Amino acid sequence: MSDSKAFSAPAAGASNGDEPCLAIRCRSVTKAYGTGYARVTALRGVDLDVKCGELLLLVGPSGCGKTTLISVIAGILDRDGGECRVFGSDFQELPAGERTRARGRQVGFVFQAFNLLPTLNAAENVAVPLLIAGVARRQALARARDALAQVGLAERASALPAQLSGGQQQRVAIARSLVHEPRLIVCDEPTSSLDHANGEKVMEIMRAHALGPERALVIVTHDARIFHYADRIAEMDDGRITNVKNPPAAAG
Amino acid sequence: MNFIALKMLIGDRARYLGIVLGLTFASLLITQQSSIFTGLMTRTFGFITDLALPDIWVMDPKVQFIDDIKPMSDTQLLRVRGVEGVDWAVPLYKGLLKARLENGNFQTCNVIGLDDATLIGGPPEMVEGEIADLRRAEAVIVDDVGAAGKLARVLPDGRRVPLAVGDSLELNDHRATVVGICRVSRTFQSQPVVYTTYSRATTFAPRERKLLSFVLVKAREGAGIADLCLRLRAATGLAAVTRAEFREMTVRYFMKYTGIPINFGIAVVLGFIVGTAIAGQTFYNFTLDNLRHFGALKAMGTPTRALLRMIILQSSVVGFIGYGLGVGIAALFGQLTRNTELAFRMPWQILALSGGAVIVICVASALFSIAKVIRLEPAIVFKN
Ligand SMILES: Nc1ncnc2c1ncn2[C@@H]1O[C@H](COP(=O)(O)OP(=O)(O)O)[C@@H](O)[C@H]1O
Ligand SMILES: [Mg+2]
Repeated sequence: MSDSKAFSAPAAGASNGDEPCLAIRCRSVTKAYGTGYARVTALRGVDLDVKCGELLLLVGPSGCGKTTLISVIAGILDRDGGECRVFGSDFQELPAGERTRARGRQVGFVFQAFNLLPTLNAAENVAVPLLIAGVARRQALARARDALAQVGLAERASALPAQLSGGQQQRVAIARSLVHEPRLIVCDEPTSSLDHANGEKVMEIMRAHALGPERALVIVTHDARIFHYADRIAEMDDGRITNVKNPPAAAG
Repeated sequence: MNFIALKMLIGDRARYLGIVLGLTFASLLITQQSSIFTGLMTRTFGFITDLALPDIWVMDPKVQFIDDIKPMSDTQLLRVRGVEGVDWAVPLYKGLLKARLENGNFQTCNVIGLDDATLIGGPPEMVEGEIADLRRAEAVIVDDVGAAGKLARVLPDGRRVPLAVGDSLELNDHRATVVGICRVSRTFQSQPVVYTTYSRATTFAPRERKLLSFVLVKAREGAGIADLCLRLRAATGLAAVTRAEFREMTVRYFMKYTGIPINFGIAVVLGFIVGTAIAGQTFYNFTLDNLRHFGALKAMGTPTRALLRMIILQSSVVGFIGYGLGVGIAALFGQLTRNTELAFRMPWQILALSGGAVIVICVASALFSIAKVIRLEPAIVFKN
């Protein structure tokens, strides 16, 4: 039985010696939705490694299984077969309650549609992961304001999502994914709803604040404008990783 | 998490108001209608509870309730007095008689005739004058509400001058003089109440062979009241019931033979249904609309149990506020109508009833929402 401590302790064994620190290790991961005629196979045996300190972009045509894969990696969706470890531990082996808590501590999420609570102001939205973890409200809000400062929104801490632009909302969502310093952040099309300038800004913030020697960042995208921010790009098609390559040199 | 739950709920101003108003409406309607119903039912036996002295009411066996007068012959009084265990027994006349007002109009009055010797059965409270004043010639005592209302003199300019001590009125062509004003419990029939002596009442009443409405009996100390009732029935062939039994008989009659309980029952059920429809629906929609947010909270590490606690907190908050407002408005209504014709009684049982109804609505809508959230897959967060 895996111990949830494996998630919070520094990956001591993984980072020294010959073995490089592995943030994510997926082998032959399969996943199908539905049964019978309605059965759709979304993952057909995915092999993928993400190294510590790495920003990996996951790209591929619509419907190829990108969202399914990061859902499995983030521990919000059960795979059918194969193996998937995040910092050495397997979410799926944990009892439900522990798994939820481990996910709360270790994973940050950024969504295409931002998913901010409309009735909470920016600081309160950012504080949500801390409140979930049981941090006292005053302290959580103080840390949330610090995270907002990191994304350049210190002034808008008490604005409601509806009072913010799309780019600002996504920066609030990024602050929310950063505030509890998770070791893994997964993002599904974080720049698709944004214009070029805002997309760039979002990527710059993520590179600056979401990475570290013991952390990793996986971003699903089909936005070619941001490819050059990646350390590596994994190409996916029809439920498989077809190619992993280095990014193009930054344009301009 | 409580903070997030409350912000979610209260921040959604329109929904929040909708849910609270639905619950307010339900608890208001249930409380208010039940209170009026209870008030009316209490009035049906107001006259019985006002008469605290006698233990037993003796009457014709066919009598079904207090206003159902089946006169007996005066000789029954003597037979009752002859029964072992009777301390005293007095006659009581109760009947509807027409009073002619000064302006020529007629007003039906509830005339009560008290035993000439003891005046037992008189009003519970005198506002002016004394019960003993009934011994004066032509004397009657009138209740304050009747005196100020239906028996009042109307001046040409429309002002009403209450009937007062010293004024006179005509009962069935017999002159009567007001010697006192009393206060009585409101009765179901809203006619003015006129107290006089038994012998005078029977002269006011149309000439009939039988005029005795009730015999009021006090049991001798040590004589069991239930036993005495049995002996009275056996000895006289009349009905003999305790005050509590007579009260129950009266309520039962009104419950069974009038549309009152059904009408109020319908209003209460309607309040419940409409409240459920508005509040329950809105609450459920509120949860549905927030499902993606609940999913995001779940993905970000909120255990399902904590999500359920959020929903329970949300429904409890709207429940408490809605209930408080509903009951508060109902109580205010009762307070404002205190001195009017309207019957209103709000015992704790009614508060419990409408509280229970609000709880049922809240629990039911919370359960629907909970069922949704339990089945919620956190993976929906990545669906756009
Ligand atoms: N909840 C679901 N039920 C059934 N089929 C699904 C579900 N989610 C995704 N799919 C299917 O699985 C495949 C992969 O979907 P997804 O991982 O969302 O792809 P991508 O994110 O690359 O567009 C698609 O064919 C999609 O229709
Ligand atoms: Mg997708």
